[in-house]
Order: sequence, then C-alpha cells, then structure tokens
Amino acid sequence: MKSLAELKAIRDKMQNTVGLRKEDADEQATRVVVGMATCGIAAGARPVLAAFTDEVAKRNLHHVMVTQTGCIGICQYEPVVEIMEPGKEKVTYVKMTPEKAVRVVNDHLVNGNVVTEYTIGASAKA
Amino acid sequence: MFRSHVLVCGGTGCTSSGSEQIVATLEKEIERNGLKDEVKVIKTGCFGLCALGPIMIVYPEGSFYSMVKPEDIPEIVTEHLLKGRIVKRLLYQETVQDDDTIESLNNTNFYKKQHRVALRNCGVINPENIDEYIGMDGYQALGKVLTEMTPEQVIQVILDSGLRGRGGAGFPTGRKWSFARASVNEQKYVCCNADEGDPGAFMDRSVLEGDPHAVIEAMAIAGYAIGANQGYIYVRAEYPIAVKRLQIAIDQAREYGLLGKNIFDTGFDFNLELRLGAGAFVCGEETALMTSIEGHRGEPRCRPPFPAVKGLFGKPTVLNNVETYANIPQIILNGPEWFASMGTEKSKGTKVFALGGKINNTGLVEVPMGTTLREIVEEIGGGIPGGKKFKAAQTGGPSGGCIPAEHIDIPIDYDNLLSIGSMMGSGGLIVMDEDTCMVDIAKFFLEFTVDESCGKCTPCRVGTKRLLEMLDKITKGNATLEDLDKLEELCHYIKENALCGLGQTAPNPVLSTLHYFRDEYVSHIVDKKCPAGVCKALLSYEIDPAKCKGCTLCSRICPASAISGEVKKVHTIDKQKCVKCGACMEKCRFGAIVKK
Repeated sequence: MKSLAELKAIRDKMQNTVGLRKEDADEQATRVVVGMATCGIAAGARPVLAAFTDEVAKRNLHHVMVTQTGCIGICQYEPVVEIMEPGKEKVTYVKMTPEKAVRVVNDHLVNGNVVTEYTIGASAKA
Repeated sequence: MFRSHVLVCGGTGCTSSGSEQIVATLEKEIERNGLKDEVKVIKTGCFGLCALGPIMIVYPEGSFYSMVKPEDIPEIVTEHLLKGRIVKRLLYQETVQDDDTIESLNNTNFYKKQHRVALRNCGVINPENIDEYIGMDGYQALGKVLTEMTPEQVIQVILDSGLRGRGGAGFPTGRKWSFARASVNEQKYVCCNADEGDPGAFMDRSVLEGDPHAVIEAMAIAGYAIGANQGYIYVRAEYPIAVKRLQIAIDQAREYGLLGKNIFDTGFDFNLELRLGAGAFVCGEETALMTSIEGHRGEPRCRPPFPAVKGLFGKPTVLNNVETYANIPQIILNGPEWFASMGTEKSKGTKVFALGGKINNTGLVEVPMGTTLREIVEEIGGGIPGGKKFKAAQTGGPSGGCIPAEHIDIPIDYDNLLSIGSMMGSGGLIVMDEDTCMVDIAKFFLEFTVDESCGKCTPCRVGTKRLLEMLDKITKGNATLEDLDKLEELCHYIKENALCGLGQTAPNPVLSTLHYFRDEYVSHIVDKKCPAGVCKALLSYEIDPAKCKGCTLCSRICPASAISGEVKKVHTIDKQKCVKCGACMEKCRFGAIVKK
C-alpha cells in the first residue's frame, strides 16, 4: 500500500462488515425482519434472508439492519418479511422469494416505494 | 456477505475459561446447520467483564451471552442463529428486563458509566485481521500525520490534549516527546513498555491482545514526531497471546507497507521489533527496561540523563506505556479538544482499571478521569460479594497505596491520589473488604518487592528485606511500639535513597496502611490481636460451652486431632495442637466455635 486512497478503499470495504457490530444500532435504522421459524424455513425463508443481506450490502445501505425473528403466526403466508422504518407504519411482505427480495430492496429501501403487490393486504384480497 | 457476526472473547481470561472450545463447537454447529456462508465467528480481545467469561456477543442483535458452555452452543445455533429466537435463558441476566425485553449492553451497570477510548476496539474487532482495524478508522491517524502535519504540530496536538503517561507516574506525554525531538542525534528510538508486572493488573495485556495495531500505529506516529525510525516493544514472555498477536500485527502492517520504508510514499521509514522480557518486575522501570533491550541484565541506572537525552544504546529515546499509545491515534483523529473535554482539570481523558479482589464484577473497566471510587466499586463493579463492607482499595499495586473508605468519594485522578498518599499506578485496582488485614496486605506487597528487588542498590536490597522482617514480627505478635517507629523511619529512608522507582515506591503500601490503619498495627502489637482475624499467630479458636451440644463433629474433622470431648458433653480445643485452619468453625452447626 502506498497511498491514502488505498487505505480508504480498505476502510470503506470493511466498514460494511464491522458496522454490523455497533452497539445500539442507531435508533434511526430501518429494520428488515425475516420470519425464520420452522414454518418460515420450510417455506424457503433462508434464501430470502440471504438475498436481503447480499443486496443490502451490495448497495451500501448502512442504515439498514437485516435480522430474523420467530413465527409471526401467519404460517400460510410464509416466508414473511417485515420492514420497519422509523416514523412509518410497518410493512409486511408475504410469500417472499429471493427475486422479490431484490425488488423490495431496490424499490422500497432505496427509492422509498412500497411494493404493494407483495404485501399482505394485496395477498389477502387475492 | 455475512448476515450475522458472533464475537467470542479470546482474551486471556475467557481463553482460560474455555473460549477456544466454544469457538470450535460454534464452528462445528454452524457448519452442521449449513450457516457457514451466513454467520461469521470472530475471536476478539477482552470485553472487560471477565468475571462472566466465556463471553460471546451475537450481532446485529447485540445479544450478550455470558458464562457460555460448549453444551449450550447447539441450542444457541439452532434457536438464535438459525431461527432468530434469542435464548434469553443464557443471556447476561442484567440485559433481560422484567417485562422480558432485552436491554442494550451499554445500559447495564457495568458498561453504562464506562467510556472506551483505549479499549474502543477490544471485543469489537478481530485483532489478528488488519482489515478490521482499518475498518475502524485504523491507520488513518498515521496517514494524516505523515501527509498533513509537521512533527512539531504532532507534538503540539499531544501537548494540547493533556495526555499524561498511563504507566503510573503521569508525566505529560507531549513534553516527553518534545524533549526527545529537541535532542539532536542521527539515531533515535521509540520504545513501548509492555512489561506489565503489578499483581492484579492486566490493562496493557488486554489492549495488546485486543487491539495491537493501535499501539503499532501510535509508535509510528511517535517515531515521526521525534525523528526516530526504529521502535521496540518490550513485552513479557508470560503474555503468550499478546506476543503472538503483536507479531501477527507487525507482520501484517509490514506487508501493507504501514511499517517499513517510505510509508505512504512520504519518505518516512519506521521499523518495529518485539523484545521479550523474562518477567522481572524491575524491567518495567524505564532504565532497566532499556538495559534489558540492549541485551544486558535488567538493572536500573541513575537519572538524569533521562531517556529523552540518553536512552536506548545511549541514543535519545521515547518510552511510553501501552495504554498511553492506545490513546494517540484517537487524539490525532478527533483533535486535542475532544480528548481534553474528558477528565479533570489536570488529568485528561480516560483511564483503564483492572478491577480485582473482593468485587462482584472482576474485569477491565475504562472510565473518564474524575470518576469516583464509589462509582467504580458500587456501580460498575457491582459491589462486594456477600454484602460485606468496603474497607479500602489498593491502587498502583506494590508501588501504590490504599484508599480507605473515608475517601471513597474522591474523584480519581493523578493528583488526588497522590494527595491521599496513593498513586494512579498503571491501573490495578484491588478491592478489600472488612475481612482483610491491612498489616497482612502491606506484608504481601513487601514480599513481592523483596522478591523482585534487583539488588543493585542497598536501600532496596537490604532495606525492603528488613521492612518485611519487621512486618513479620508484627503479624506474629512479637513487636513493640518502638518497632513501629523504626518501621516508619526505615520507610522514609528507603524512599529517599533507593536508586530507582521500584525501591523508592516499595515502602508506599506500608506507609499508607500505617497512615490510615495505624490502630490495626497497634492492636497487633499491644493487644496481640488481629482485628480482621487473618494473622494466624494471633488467633485462637475456642468453644463456647453454652452453645456446644457435644455432637463430636468438630473433633472428627479436626486435621490435627486438637479437639477432644465425649458425646453430649462440652468439647475443648487444645491450643498447643491447634493449627488454626478454621475447619471446625466452618462445620459447627451450633455456632459454638468462635475465633478470638
């Protein structure tokens, strides 16, 4: 390494990694919660979780925290993903797939447009 | 990309309570559940709460599992890591609230008053991975110093920050550097004192184990500031984990070009080497340390000339303690005002203490200067086990003194501690409760200094030995009040005449206990009693005839067959035979045996 620019490049790359370890992950963070109980896993929640993690990292979304939770109680809709943004109402996506996850990150987390057709409201009507 | 990080403490405390095995089991279970590409296991440095080891934190949730056992791991992996259900039963119970929600670790009593500067990366990063250190702004300070600042500006920043040496004496670091800068010589050296030897102190060890790059970066900065291109870290060979991680860190820094020739293409060269100490306490004294690096027997020499003028190999040298260095990169990055905003008027910043002795939360704490002893003992330390009363705390190890209960509200800084006859020392803080005999404590520290005296000067070699003999006489009940005066006189004589810091401070534990607990010395001498019931020669065990039921239990367990008596009749202890082990008192169901 011969320049500060190279040092900064390593820092930026690593900040994604070590940033995960912040205590009190700041109050303003958006939380993406994937249901990972037996029902969720059976319905394919793990690839969904992996897709969220990868996509969030790829786009350097430092304010987004991807985590899991247990059974929410609507097992027929699994995999279920909830997105909680500070000051906004919780959005519940159902019957998720890795492909849908990529679109949710892109439309919802990056651009702020809820993907209505994947939400529980849309699914219940159908 | 890993979605979850599991941090397992790899400090000395947790390693000895089995964290290596935890890591191995974790990796096996993670593999078995197919989580290898989702969950990352990282071995870090010390988290500080050593009493609860082995410790493990799972991020992003920040769940703090304490006293983890290998058999708990499968449950944590399948429940928490796979299904996202935190295993509350195994969490540090203070983080689980009454309403069953989980509180952040930073809000627990142990952590909430702490402020981590020197320990900021300990328990957060993998110390064996330079990239993680860089991710926490590592080596940015070195880059800033080399590309934007002159050596004079660097020294001015350190001066303005008010940083004082964390090794114990508290000499302003910036002044030390400016003296070394002013000494003209084609060869200068930067040294790091990592020969932490006080009984009960493990601050420097934890920094080296948890964040070795911080020390390396700071030494390179010091090299630039004073004009040195060679550094040595003198570290005890008894710290194998620290030695190993330092060596890995040095190799990685070299590979990245952060040590070596022409760093950041600025023309600045800096090289760093380790030197292992064989474990002599005197080698923590700066002149003895340098003599030892030179390859000679570790003995001190007279000062002046000070190391900044004539140090290692006769060249101008800056020698700082590990914790002092660990503060430097942060001061450069955040500015001297930031650092000076913490602490008291004359002692800036934070101080790391190794909390030990009669205290619930044994471990490593970092608090702003000016925090009171009461806050450290009662809040952070969680009080004294068994609801016992606080009697005193020893700071500065064998060179320091005790802080009695009457001064528990004193804000801890360099000058306040000196004013009450103790000293900051490197940061060992040993808490003593009402069952501690202060004469015995003084004797304990004196035994240590007698062992560790290098023997070069008479006041220390012979004087401390005579001191110990006098203390021994007192604890055996053979001393007179005249001896007490002689003891005090000899203390002052040694303080004034010993060659180095070891001898000059050796009488401190005696003087300070004598000052605050003279009555205890007097009762040993006049009443032939040890008020705390520690000094065996002054104790006797007796059976209260009113309470003894004649159950014969005591006579059966006495290892010296000193207790006799018939069934259902009052027993007696033969004081000639009694070895004062206390086994009978512990076992008696009727409280009939008393210690006098």
